[in-house]
Amino acid sequence: MLTYLSRRIFWIIPVLFTVSIITFGLMHAVPGGPWDSEKRLPAAVQARLNAEYGLDKPIHEQYVSWLGGFVQGDLGPSYRFRDRRVNDIVADGLPTTVQLGVMAFILAVLVGIPLGIFAALGHNRWPDYLSTSLSIVGIATPSFVLAILLIVVFSVQFGLFPTGGWKGPQYWVLPTIALAGFPIAVIARYTRASMLEVTRKDYIRTAHSKGLRNQSVVSRHMIRNALIPVVTILGPTLAFLVTGSFIIERIFSIPGVGQFYLNSITTRDYSLLMAMTMLYAFSVAFLNVVVDVLYAYIDPRIRYS
Amino acid sequence: MAPVDDPRPDGTAATIIEVSPDDARRVQTPTEAKGEPARKSDKLLKVRNLSTHFFTPDGVVQAVGDVSFELGYGETLGLVGESGCGKSVTALSIARLVPDPPGRIVSGEIEFDGIDVLKLDADEMRHLRGKEIGFIFQDPLTSLNPTLTIGYQIAESIRQHMGLSRDAARDRVAELLTKVGIPRAKDRLNDYPHQFSGGMRQRVMIAIALSCDPKLILADEPTTALDVTIQAQILELIQRLSDEFHTAVLLITHDLGIAAGMCDRVNVMYAGRIVETGTVDELFENPRMPYSWGLLDSLPRLDDVRGDRLRTIEGLPPLLIHPPDACRFEPRCRFARDVCRQDEPELTQRGDSAHFARCWATQPDGWIP
Amino acid sequence: MATQVAVQGRPIEARRGGAGLWSDAWSRLRKNRLALLGLVLVFLLLFAGILGPILAPWPYQVQDLPAVFANGNRPLHPGAPNHLLGTDNLGRDLFSRLLDGARISVSVAFVVQFVILLIGVPIGALAGWFGGRLDNLLMRFTDVIYAFPDLLFIILLSVAFRETVFGQALDGLFLVFVAIGITSWVTVARLVRGQMLSLKETEFVEAARAIGVSDRKIVTKHLLPNGIGPIIVAVTLGIPGAILAEATLAYIGVGVQPPRASWGSLIAEGQKYIRSEPHLVLFPAIFIALALIGFTFLGDGLRDALDPKLKGKQ
Repeated sequence: MLTYLSRRIFWIIPVLFTVSIITFGLMHAVPGGPWDSEKRLPAAVQARLNAEYGLDKPIHEQYVSWLGGFVQGDLGPSYRFRDRRVNDIVADGLPTTVQLGVMAFILAVLVGIPLGIFAALGHNRWPDYLSTSLSIVGIATPSFVLAILLIVVFSVQFGLFPTGGWKGPQYWVLPTIALAGFPIAVIARYTRASMLEVTRKDYIRTAHSKGLRNQSVVSRHMIRNALIPVVTILGPTLAFLVTGSFIIERIFSIPGVGQFYLNSITTRDYSLLMAMTMLYAFSVAFLNVVVDVLYAYIDPRIRYS
Repeated sequence: MAPVDDPRPDGTAATIIEVSPDDARRVQTPTEAKGEPARKSDKLLKVRNLSTHFFTPDGVVQAVGDVSFELGYGETLGLVGESGCGKSVTALSIARLVPDPPGRIVSGEIEFDGIDVLKLDADEMRHLRGKEIGFIFQDPLTSLNPTLTIGYQIAESIRQHMGLSRDAARDRVAELLTKVGIPRAKDRLNDYPHQFSGGMRQRVMIAIALSCDPKLILADEPTTALDVTIQAQILELIQRLSDEFHTAVLLITHDLGIAAGMCDRVNVMYAGRIVETGTVDELFENPRMPYSWGLLDSLPRLDDVRGDRLRTIEGLPPLLIHPPDACRFEPRCRFARDVCRQDEPELTQRGDSAHFARCWATQPDGWIP
Repeated sequence: MATQVAVQGRPIEARRGGAGLWSDAWSRLRKNRLALLGLVLVFLLLFAGILGPILAPWPYQVQDLPAVFANGNRPLHPGAPNHLLGTDNLGRDLFSRLLDGARISVSVAFVVQFVILLIGVPIGALAGWFGGRLDNLLMRFTDVIYAFPDLLFIILLSVAFRETVFGQALDGLFLVFVAIGITSWVTVARLVRGQMLSLKETEFVEAARAIGVSDRKIVTKHLLPNGIGPIIVAVTLGIPGAILAEATLAYIGVGVQPPRASWGSLIAEGQKYIRSEPHLVLFPAIFIALALIGFTFLGDGLRDALDPKLKGKQ
């Protein structure tokens, strides 16, 4: 188990390394530069800036110096916000983004799993239809559409929640729901399918043959086994939350770290872009490892093998 | 010893039988062979005209048609037949474990220890299962929950039906495991099914079936999924334990050899019907139904000539969606005559013992003497 | 020996139609109401997408400004004289633009999946068939792609190449196809590899080898047809993701360029009018929903229909 764990963690490094190279190369291979978006700067000023930021050096040298800084935790200066270091920019916004992601994740799991179980236990009756309908709405509605609808209904129409910002708990509600909508639907569908499959298993028949009450059979035998495969989709769910959060942040004007991603690409803010990409890639990779380990842990067949 | 309803920590109610310390020790020690259990009827199990059908989109499959038999206390009865003949469904019907939908017991009576099983409500039936009726399933790998320890799975029914505390249940589980032949039982209580070999897992299933001292064990092909060498051990175990605890066994198998070794009486089933019934001696020495002949004939024998082909019964059993109103074995029968195609024979007596067969030809007035 | 036919019951050989994999799957699919609904929706989408330009009352980019002025400078509501579903603030007919959006979604759906198959199937097949170091190498490579937060990478590619010739092709659609395709082939590759690995060891492959069938023939004539079921399912279920990605890109302004009317851009444009003219957002949202639902149900239905474990079991 331990070797499995360390092997998985180890592989994150080469993966991130490759991601950084690809992003760096792509970034610099593309036409345009960081100074283009502002009013025309005289050539001399541009040249000076290039020298100052090391953009006049050959690309592999630039990469190495970036890498050197990166492994020491220095993400470099921002090209766009020239008086700020990327570390500070990220540190400002990261807690907010993480908070949003965590809340959406908890909501997705706390709503999605029971919804799926509920549907499976009431298979082909109204609980199933209700839950499945909700799931369908969830997967058919892109998060940005859900966000817009939530704002229009609950914020503008009924005035229950603010339309944007992040100044207190009431600001958290709509963005969290908007972000969690799709994962709830996916988790619910998956849980339902898993439960239905478990219902057909032989050991459920054995449990009934022991004369156990239905409630015990469901809680001790069905749910526990059905949730194990559900853990496998938590990885993609977390990845979705990580990557999808930036759109929600944009719509709700949330001062997280996501707003910088898009801008850093358009404005060619190289170091900020690198930082953002590495951050996202690392989160996805790391969270996937966590999920894999969790899965190996909760399935006794893997844990004790 | 009045039953008392006592809420357990998880909110479910348990019926605890208040016992004196001496009785408590006796309840918890299965190693003493008890005396014969109290009997409420002359036979433990009476099945009369049982029919179980499956309602599928393709039609109604009459898996078990008008089956009747009896099983005495402590007796071992074999239910023999090929795949699909309805033997498993019969056993499931007795315990009312037939999945509904799509299956349903459509007619008949089942009397267990004097109780009309089909009239019980769900809760009462639950009390019967596990406590009075134990089940051994065919594949112990899929029949055991992979995410729960075997100690837990055995203790589950003990705690459910006998209301023992956690520790008392654990002790009993350890004793049961030892009884079924699992070494170092105490150490293995917290192991998971996948950590056992196939034969060991089946022993665990036997332990589960026996855990609450049932009066009847339904063993559905208990050794089919096991190695041949292990098969004998498991069968011997079942036989020994059922003798020791005076448990009746309904043994379902397609293997005549197994039936011969373990059973007192045998019912041969074909296409949802019982086609012959008798003691083991009667069946093996004087079978009176062509299907039985075919079955016996198909067993390889030590004195067979090498190089000869194995003998089989040609053809396949009929589809049970619209069973013919004739002898169901007729298409494969060498001795069939017109009457076999026109009318289905009843189970009629052969000789003057409880040996019955369903065949026109072997009846006293038939064409096979 | 009497044959089966003599039995009064139905003979065993009588079954509904042929017993092949495809006819079994098709009859199962037919019985699945949700899958049929999905099929209908998919067909409607295809119909709208392919025949869009013919069906549309207006070219999607034409602005009927007089009508807007006459309406007090506001977009027209559905039911207006020449505009079935109304117009946007520039007087462009919404229905026609929705049809253009359908066209875009259809092309995204199919082209992207084609790209995915083009890349994923050979890579997966090679990795699975040859195993060993090649397999290892390819799998590590897919790990890298997999670790890439896909939406972000798509955005990166799209924005980065937006100004180039390649980015301008097909109003930016070409770039969208490539970007989405490049990030999404991994699932199919892994699937194909898995199929290869499991089928490689089966007995009929050994038998074919023993007779001397060439490796290439084994792969193309035996393994691929058998393994194709899950691939079809994966492709169908991958389409909603692609459509969603394209809509998201269009929404944030990165994908297809105006005046093309991707449903995502329609929503972005219609946002500001949502209180007074909600149809500008609602209709595109509904269309997106129907497209996603259609492919998801169809994919689910295909998966259930092609699942060999369900064969014969009711």
